[in-house]
Amino acid sequence: MRATRVLAIAAVALAAACAKKPKPADLPPPPPAPQAQPAQPSTPPPPPINDSVTSTNVPGSAADFKANTREDRVRFAYDSYELDGTARAILDSQAAWLAKYPSTHITIEGHADERGTREYNLALGERRADAVKSYVAGKGFAASNIATISYGKERPEAEGSDEAAYARNRRAVTDIGGSAG
Amino acid sequence: MHVRTAALLALIVATPAAAQLRVDVTQGVSAPMPVAVPGFATPASAPTAAGTTEALGTQVAGVIANDLKSSGLFRPVGPTDAVPFPAVTAPAYDTWRTASAQALITGAVEANADGSITIACYLYDPFAQSQLASEGFRVAPAAWRRAAHKCADKVYARLTGESGYFDSQITYIAETGPKTQRIKRLAVMDQDGANHRFLTNGQNLVLTPRFAPSQLRIAYMSFANNRPSLWFYDASTGRHSLVGSFQGTSLSPRFSPDGRYLLMSIIKAGNANLYRLDIASKALDRLTDGPSIDTSPSYSPDGGKIVFESDRGGTQQLYVMNADGSGQHRITFGQGRYATPAWSPRGDLIAFTRIGGGKLRVGTMRIDGGGEKLLTDSFADEQPSWSPNGRVLVFFRTPPGGSPPELMSADLTGLNLRELRTPLGASDPSWGPLRP
Repeated sequence: MRATRVLAIAAVALAAACAKKPKPADLPPPPPAPQAQPAQPSTPPPPPINDSVTSTNVPGSAADFKANTREDRVRFAYDSYELDGTARAILDSQAAWLAKYPSTHITIEGHADERGTREYNLALGERRADAVKSYVAGKGFAASNIATISYGKERPEAEGSDEAAYARNRRAVTDIGGSAG
Repeated sequence: MHVRTAALLALIVATPAAAQLRVDVTQGVSAPMPVAVPGFATPASAPTAAGTTEALGTQVAGVIANDLKSSGLFRPVGPTDAVPFPAVTAPAYDTWRTASAQALITGAVEANADGSITIACYLYDPFAQSQLASEGFRVAPAAWRRAAHKCADKVYARLTGESGYFDSQITYIAETGPKTQRIKRLAVMDQDGANHRFLTNGQNLVLTPRFAPSQLRIAYMSFANNRPSLWFYDASTGRHSLVGSFQGTSLSPRFSPDGRYLLMSIIKAGNANLYRLDIASKALDRLTDGPSIDTSPSYSPDGGKIVFESDRGGTQQLYVMNADGSGQHRITFGQGRYATPAWSPRGDLIAFTRIGGGKLRVGTMRIDGGGEKLLTDSFADEQPSWSPNGRVLVFFRTPPGGSPPELMSADLTGLNLRELRTPLGASDPSWGPLRP
């Protein structure tokens, strides 16, 4: 998925670079005239090989986690760290996946919306991360394999200052090997 | 004109209830006092490590005039050309009366044999034709701005009856990049924006710096190594060091007025309590205990009490306790939530952020929670920090959407609301003490 997007971006950038032809005045001076080279023996070029690499899901990976759980994140109400029914269903799917890979180490990132002061929101994000940790541990996943970190209001998912953006930003994200956002 | 100045000074001297008077002074300053700050003289222009004494004379006067103007209490008027050297001690009073200047600040810059410079600072009343104050400052040429600030502080103190705040610094967090991936750097600058420096490179998320009373040290929070912790920056060595290894996330650093202790919140299992660290011995005492978020502490200027915020009653409210954690009691009962209390260096007021109606606003209240006064009304104004004389507040203002925040200052009445210019976006300001 990500690889495809990168390639697409590269292609667009390449196209843009090609489209923007410099004016004659901007061109560097012409190279010096080629000097006579000794004749090379002609050998046929090797056949082209496909050496591109694409990412694919393998069991127990972060991509596998994202593909085979309901979601990697749960949302919260304003100034709350309570897990509602939707959040618990998402965490149940995460716990079911984690049960298959008990040696996985995960980090729960807690976040808050911007309608709170910075330090309080750091603590609120910790509460949210801890609520998720307690729930997942309660489902049998080893608490010692769960780390938590709070970003408070420092890393919003959405830039806006409206209820839709706030709702997205009040979240706890389960991170398998540094892939969360 | 002079009568009004004299009356004002008399009032200041006579009234011990300074809090009330400050308001009156500022509210009376819909027309700030006109003051003249002509270029400083030099006996003979001489080269120094920071330019000629003649050029410095113009620059020194410019810094003083800007300081006084920024307070909102003074308005520079009259010619700004440098005065002739003899006029420094014998001013042409009629010139300054014609310019309607109620005060004249003048002086001279002189190079010394050892490479230092002396900046002489004089304050005159052109109407009474008398000298009100004078002082000389000997500095390395590169430190000329500090001498200019000291002169402005002298003038401010003499004309208002309150101590000055111009020779001080502000540490804050510089912000760049989109809101979802903001890059933050620790920065420090003089209160007028000069001598700006970045102290971290933006690699790690950094937050909430605070000056130590000695101001040779700054405590701040950093996400270095993905372990949110408190760090010290030491100005004398330029080194950054971990405050300590605590069980849990540490945040919200605040020095005691004597610099011996660092207050902080430590979060364990989602529960934030306040702790006091003895910086030298590393002894750690827990001051609050409970399943609530206790954070954002602030010492009273005598070090005897601490105001902090807690949601133990359901929402963020302000509480006061003794410095050892005893006697905790709530002081806010108004509309909304109250956060980030800052005890005034004068001891009589607590500044705070109030959350309510979809807004964050900055205000002040008495230390018993009464007399609440909101100073701002914008989308999000947060984290007030006091000037060293307890007369001005600096805070940061975040606009809705993705634009970066900026630093603002306002005086106690909410008048003289100004933006503090910074090279990038700016948040989390902390005003340091008056420099010795």
